[in-house]
Amino acid sequence: MDSGAANDPFPHRHLLGIEGLSRREITYLLDRADIYADQPRGAERLALLRGRTVINLFFENSTRTRTSFELATKRLGGDVINMQAQTSSIKKGETLIDTAMTLNAMRPDVLIVRHPESGAVQLLSEKVDCAVINAGDGSHEHPTQALLDALTIRRRKGRLEGLVVAICGDISHSRVARSNIHLLNTMGAHVRVVAPRTLLPPAIDRLGVEVFYDMKRGLAGVDIVMMLRLQTERMHGSFVPSIREYFHFFGLDYAKLASAKDDALIMHPGPMNRGVEIDTEVADDIDRSVIRQQVEMGVAVRMACLEALSRKAHTAPVS
Amino acid sequence: MSDRVLFVHARLLDPADGLDRPGELLVENGTIAALGPNLSRHGLGADVRIVDCAGCCLAPGIVDMRVQLREPGDEHQETLATGAEAAVAGGITTLAMLPNTVPPIDDNALVEFVSRRSREIRLAAIRTYAAATKGLRGGELTEFGLLAEAGAVAFTDGLHAISDALVMRRALSYASTFDLLVVQHPEEPSLSAGGAMNAGEIATRLGLAGITPAAETIMVERDIRLVEITGARYHAAHVSTAGAIDAIRRAKARGLQVTCDTAPHYFALNETAVGQYRTFAKVSPPLRSEADRLAVIEGLRDGTIDAIASDHAPQDQESKRLPFPSAEPGIVGLETLLPLSLELYHNGSLGLLQVMRALSQRPAEILRLPGGRLRPGAPADFVIFDLDRPWRIDVTALRSKCKNAPYDGRPAQGKVTRTVVGGRTVFGLDS
Repeated sequence: MDSGAANDPFPHRHLLGIEGLSRREITYLLDRADIYADQPRGAERLALLRGRTVINLFFENSTRTRTSFELATKRLGGDVINMQAQTSSIKKGETLIDTAMTLNAMRPDVLIVRHPESGAVQLLSEKVDCAVINAGDGSHEHPTQALLDALTIRRRKGRLEGLVVAICGDISHSRVARSNIHLLNTMGAHVRVVAPRTLLPPAIDRLGVEVFYDMKRGLAGVDIVMMLRLQTERMHGSFVPSIREYFHFFGLDYAKLASAKDDALIMHPGPMNRGVEIDTEVADDIDRSVIRQQVEMGVAVRMACLEALSRKAHTAPVS
Repeated sequence: MSDRVLFVHARLLDPADGLDRPGELLVENGTIAALGPNLSRHGLGADVRIVDCAGCCLAPGIVDMRVQLREPGDEHQETLATGAEAAVAGGITTLAMLPNTVPPIDDNALVEFVSRRSREIRLAAIRTYAAATKGLRGGELTEFGLLAEAGAVAFTDGLHAISDALVMRRALSYASTFDLLVVQHPEEPSLSAGGAMNAGEIATRLGLAGITPAAETIMVERDIRLVEITGARYHAAHVSTAGAIDAIRRAKARGLQVTCDTAPHYFALNETAVGQYRTFAKVSPPLRSEADRLAVIEGLRDGTIDAIASDHAPQDQESKRLPFPSAEPGIVGLETLLPLSLELYHNGSLGLLQVMRALSQRPAEILRLPGGRLRPGAPADFVIFDLDRPWRIDVTALRSKCKNAPYDGRPAQGKVTRTVVGGRTVFGLDS
């Protein structure tokens, strides 16, 4: 079980997902991230993670998330090691558990893990002594993405509560969608999902979202439009007949965006497929698109997460 | 040494005769010679050995009609010997193993190998299914006639559905030539491909690809149409959905020779057992919704579901300690088959004789095996169990080579105290 004093603002050993986090805990992480986001460029390196080792263990290709965690660690004064599945013994048939045990023996303080299979990061967390941050597991969760999205929204809109957020596109295969649904619901926003039925998982309404199959209706009056990448690599068979058809009905362009509020923000977790789920002009609209701010907030949020978890690493027993 | 044994102070249970009363049972030369309320008064002579059952139930030995053993090929997971040892500890006197070994059992030499090893091991009788198609590849039929003569109890492609409709039609049609049984893993593979658990809210939350219950219903309904045009004997294995059970209920009402079984996990657990990616709760077909679980119990209650089989599937750590989508499906079940089935009696869902009928009489009838009954002249295969004894399932104590059961610590009521095969005690709790 998670340990920690009753007044610990983030009493968890790992960050495996948003589901199960309280409003207070999420607010704490966002508040800390806000402070880091406001630090001027070129500010002195912090010493919070001095002498601490963070391992980025990525079983899937990633540039932005891995770099973001790396930068966050360095800004906090920690040492970071990047391990990519292609270069490690994973390719030689070593199991996930074996890898976890091996890395654990090197006594890292934090393991940041991305894996193509849902649940893999939790499995790994059960086998190691250090803190584990889920950097995306299959179609399950990607908690730091949801936190950076929330921070971006909060800094632009001043709040999360009461906002109407439409998450559009490949909900079925998206860990970003699941983490965002949990976070936004916990924080009191109203969440809609907009997608063709083939990209909506069964019983998605049970997660507390309003379901739309029509983009214009789904975007009517919303404060935030969150676009998702069409995850062709996770698709088993054909979910949409063609990219042309998908863009026509579910791609974000100015015509569809017109039904959202005038000041609605456009978000995308990246990497974007321009012309597939989002029109290039919309993506680059500096008044509406906050896609680049999302990336910027990513570092601040990850600093906050590393801080929250490594604080406990001091006292964690080594077995 | 005497070859006559008298079991006294037993609660005799024989579902075939509706028998449930205190009595005694005499075994002579490996067969049941007599049973009744007070045989001991009839002057049986001094050479009779007496076994005091102390009021325990004495019922026909369990006939487990769906078991995976891993010999030949994967003996590190289970051998015929370790499987048989676990079986008798669970009160099973006959088991039918699936042909999904390496190589698969699609040739009479392999059927004969299993028969020979069974005779050598001398615990539970191990019978085998033969593959319905060569190499379990779903294409060419195996030699049904010769395999049956060699001792194959029925024909199945094991963990794979016979999915091609034409192949299934021919399998049923050809099997009916010899009045043989075809056993289906009823799951439409194009619908279940890539799925890791039951489709629904839990799968959606966990980000796991779901398997719709319709995958099972569709295959059962299709097969029933093929049974209709071939007149064959057909058995649907481990049914898990309300839809499939309903389809079978209607097929039986129409007089078709359709039977089915289920496994304890489909009435003892539901999809919530997956929890946070517990791979021990990954099975094929997947654990279903609570509504499906209740439909399975109702199917057992009204007789639509004929039999309960363990669906014993040994998997070692290397196969289970993996991310959920990659983990192998399966639960070991030989030693928990009886106690989990007795839960249905203890919680008032089924009568005791109904439970025992599904465990012994019906599977023996479906596979046309001796046993499954207590009557003079029948083989002395029976199980003696303490119906009420409370205990906790401890997976580390299982005799099976693998311990992949999601029941660790589960309270159970009812424990096997002795298993007798052909008049020989092959398992004794205190021995």
